[in-house]
Amino acid sequence: MRLDFANKKISGLLTVLPRNERSFLDEMANFNFPISRSLKLKAVMGYDRHRLVDGPVCVSDLAVFGMTHLFETGTLKRDEIDALVLVTQSPDYFMPATSNVIQGRLGLHDDVFCVDINQGCAGFVVGLIEAFMLLEQPAIQKVVLINADVISRKVSTRDRNSFPLIGDAAAITLLERTSDAAPIVASIKMDGSRRDALMIPAGGFRQPSHPATATMTEDSAGNFRALDHLVMDGAAVFNFVMMEIPAMIESLLTAAHRDIGSVDAFLFHQPNRFMLQKLADKLGVPHEKMPSNVVENFGNSSGVTIPLAIALNLRQQLRDTTVQVCLAGFGVGLTWGAMLLALGPLHFCEMIDYP
Amino acid sequence: MKKVHDILTQICPEAAQEFSTSEDFFADGLLDSFDLITLVSDLDCTFNISIDGGEIVPEHFLNLRAIAALLAKYGVTP
Repeated sequence: MRLDFANKKISGLLTVLPRNERSFLDEMANFNFPISRSLKLKAVMGYDRHRLVDGPVCVSDLAVFGMTHLFETGTLKRDEIDALVLVTQSPDYFMPATSNVIQGRLGLHDDVFCVDINQGCAGFVVGLIEAFMLLEQPAIQKVVLINADVISRKVSTRDRNSFPLIGDAAAITLLERTSDAAPIVASIKMDGSRRDALMIPAGGFRQPSHPATATMTEDSAGNFRALDHLVMDGAAVFNFVMMEIPAMIESLLTAAHRDIGSVDAFLFHQPNRFMLQKLADKLGVPHEKMPSNVVENFGNSSGVTIPLAIALNLRQQLRDTTVQVCLAGFGVGLTWGAMLLALGPLHFCEMIDYP
Repeated sequence: MKKVHDILTQICPEAAQEFSTSEDFFADGLLDSFDLITLVSDLDCTFNISIDGGEIVPEHFLNLRAIAALLAKYGVTP
């Protein structure tokens, strides 16, 4: 689906990373694989360090920490917020919605529209689309989009397919209406028939958690995980990304009457360095225009990798200049989306650690 | 094919002999999907090519013959 937006912009961005950092070299012994093969994978995939919550930290903890920072620094006022969109796959509870939890903990007024969206690695693009749609309403001037996940709590530490690259983080994006923004062009697609490629099989109502779903078993590749853990068919996901994303980006550029050269930065979701380099090569994008440094420094934090890529690579530039960016997210669902927009100057763009 | 065989042997030294005879590296348990990523990365570096992401499926890497056929598409005669 093609979507077009006008007179809207991203006006600020804050990322929140758990202070707790783990290294792949320290964790290698947990995996049932020869050290030499793990080291080779480290080099190719970009496994190095990742940030994980330490203990029972929840999505609302990261979100409230970041929002409180914005309030205390005078960057944002409580009564400016008209809507709060939370994108997460790791809510505090089944019910109530975690956006309501955040609203309550922050003491926001009762006229704030709160909504949770269950999305993963495409969650930044999906969240932006939702926020821009809300901004079509005259009553809504500013939307806070929060992308946050503590998905490491649902990944087996003995699963070399997933654990080395997983990361926890939150991002708070402020969006608002404006009269002078360039048009924003987006595309979003979903294919639920391929939902098994990436999922947590147990813990919902289809297969409630039970002692049996917590039992670790070994898969054919030597990874140990339980049904309560995240499981990913890496080959299927890789193939999905390679087949769908380049076609979506090319189609989006054509629709916007743009070419690759007119885009300053391709800020894509970062599952691993190898996948990003292959995407860049397939699209004919120079590697330096498609940063892959989030996953090696912080891990893959689902919908937070794109805002982290923005903050990590462009925050100085975005203080006073505009950067033409192409965003793309892809993952669970399966869901894939992309957006072309002019980003900056931003009112704020900052990275902080939790706690 | 010596360079390709050497790359495979570096990835899985214990299967050095079997790489010459196996018809299906994956079915025979010589490589898994993560080894495939390592193999592609090594082939890219060794032959100065970039194998298209859409071609990174086990079917193109089942055995030495299949790998040679794929490399030929990139003008490489291993």
